Amino acid sequence: MAKPASTLSRQVDAVGSWIDQRIPISSFWKAHISEYYAPKNFNIMYFFGSLAMLVLVNQIVTGIFLTMHYKPDAAEAFASVEYIMRDVEWGWLIRYMHSTGASFFFIVVYLHMFRALMYGSYKSPRELVWILGVFIYLVLMAEAFLGYVLPWGQMSYWGAQVIVSLFGALPVIGDPLVEWIRGDFFISDATLNRFFALHVVALPLALIMLVVLHLAALHEVGSNNPDGVEIKKNKDAQGRPLDGIPFHPYYTVKDIFGVGVFLTLFAFVIFYAPEFGGYFLEKDNFVEANPQVTPQHIVPVWYFTPYYAILRGVPDKLLGVLLMGAAVMILFLMPWLDRSKVRSIRYKGWGSKIMLAVFAVTFIRLGMLGVAEGTTAETIETRFWTFMYFAFFALMPFISKYEKTKPVPERVTS
Amino acid sequence: MSNSETMASLDPQPDKSRRTLLLAGTGALGVVGAGFAAWPFYASWKPSAKARVIGAPVEAFIGDLQPGQILRVQWRGQPIGLLRRSEEMISLLPEIEGDLSDPNSDNAEQQPDYAQNQHRSLKPDLLVMNMFCTHLGCVPELITEVGAQPFEQNWKGGFFCPCHKSKFDLAGRVYSGVPAPANMVIPPYSYIDDNTIMIGVDPEGAA
Repeated sequence: MAKPASTLSRQVDAVGSWIDQRIPISSFWKAHISEYYAPKNFNIMYFFGSLAMLVLVNQIVTGIFLTMHYKPDAAEAFASVEYIMRDVEWGWLIRYMHSTGASFFFIVVYLHMFRALMYGSYKSPRELVWILGVFIYLVLMAEAFLGYVLPWGQMSYWGAQVIVSLFGALPVIGDPLVEWIRGDFFISDATLNRFFALHVVALPLALIMLVVLHLAALHEVGSNNPDGVEIKKNKDAQGRPLDGIPFHPYYTVKDIFGVGVFLTLFAFVIFYAPEFGGYFLEKDNFVEANPQVTPQHIVPVWYFTPYYAILRGVPDKLLGVLLMGAAVMILFLMPWLDRSKVRSIRYKGWGSKIMLAVFAVTFIRLGMLGVAEGTTAETIETRFWTFMYFAFFALMPFISKYEKTKPVPERVTS
Repeated sequence: MSNSETMASLDPQPDKSRRTLLLAGTGALGVVGAGFAAWPFYASWKPSAKARVIGAPVEAFIGDLQPGQILRVQWRGQPIGLLRRSEEMISLLPEIEGDLSDPNSDNAEQQPDYAQNQHRSLKPDLLVMNMFCTHLGCVPELITEVGAQPFEQNWKGGFFCPCHKSKFDLAGRVYSGVPAPANMVIPPYSYIDDNTIMIGVDPEGAA
């Protein structure tokens, strides 16, 4: 007498292999999940890649539901956001998940990038993983800026005015370019409508494509780790790295724990401090856009403030814009600025350790100065930290090449 | 026998230069085609016919404007300020020229020729000015009090931008050492009569 269960499982297997002969699902699962070997010594800094994916999914899902109620029309946009907040059932939650998600995206991405700086994850052979990551960061900044314009509050409007007119600093093409971006002689309905299209269709598509490429490049070269040791050098008889463990189940379980901690913090902010004291949603943005009146104090959202400080600190428009652009673009050069023999900060010399610590302080201090009033003393301090920001990159080739490094172990530690 | 001859004639040495020519020709035509196809998408971002119509000239009545008072109107969506300057305000204009970066309005793009003078206007008392800061387009505040201010010890009245601390005098001339690169913009305008201004139209006879 045949057991029904085994008949059923045979049938499931048959369907599975029918599909598998036509589309490579199981080999994809093996290559990227169940038999993707990641170093066994990942620490807390390695949570932020998977968390960034989680926030991306959050932004896409909440964003889709927000577009169902939002009106991309200068006459209706502000009111439609208030409608979502007050009249749409659970609309407030979906909107706060999206707006808080934007800030959390940057928190997670900044920590993810700092991890790469600590452990030299941009160094050969991972240059393209890093470069694709910087592209993701650029698209993310554009996406965040465009999204902030959509509620059509005062800060949306004047933020758009300031950012779009940055392009006006370019010689010759500047003014026509600004008019082309706005689609009008001022920031208007035409501008809002196209920013909406870019925010909900064009840039999310670009973002998803870049994330796929970022992961494809990562899985080709394999993950770095806190020791910066190449685990592919030491393999067992089956060709599996001795210091590697399959991503599933080991890191899926670890990441689920990280997701739990993250969602706890995320929910706390959504429920108790969604505006985060004016840092996640600025107070002036609860006033409808008025082209005739500038808010007293225009500041971008916190994640742009380090660059904004650099822009403000330069007493020349074109130079300020160029320096601000250079502050972001210089990240692309990281793989070639670091000429150290070792990857991880653990085995680098004191020079690199101090420089990285100073760079972290510089970035935070510039961010604080970016939201400050901009007194003369603050402007002078901003110039000092701007100098320190670029010094980190300018000195790196020399410090990383000539400092004394510690011996790197054969295998990963701990 | 005849069959193998046919096969040989079907397998000639590839003509490399012919291939290159065809590739280059197809490529070039493709690029031109892509350029033509891209044009409508590029052009669709330019101000539409509707936006251009709204950009038409605007009239403003200044008959009841008191000294020190500013009237704001919109032209092409830009805030245009019409400030009636008192005799005292006009007399203060020369005093701070040492602190200005372009006191003689040499930058010809910032005003029409007929406003390239100390008061930057057709008549000395009335200033007609685009209120956008030339740094990043915020709207500077009019601060008429004379005397020390938090941002300037020797303040003779003028415009102060809250965004990035740029300073301008009462003719919209920019101070040195501030982020704004140029004097504020004077739009084309003309008098219809003593009490009415037309913004967007040059005076008759002016370039």
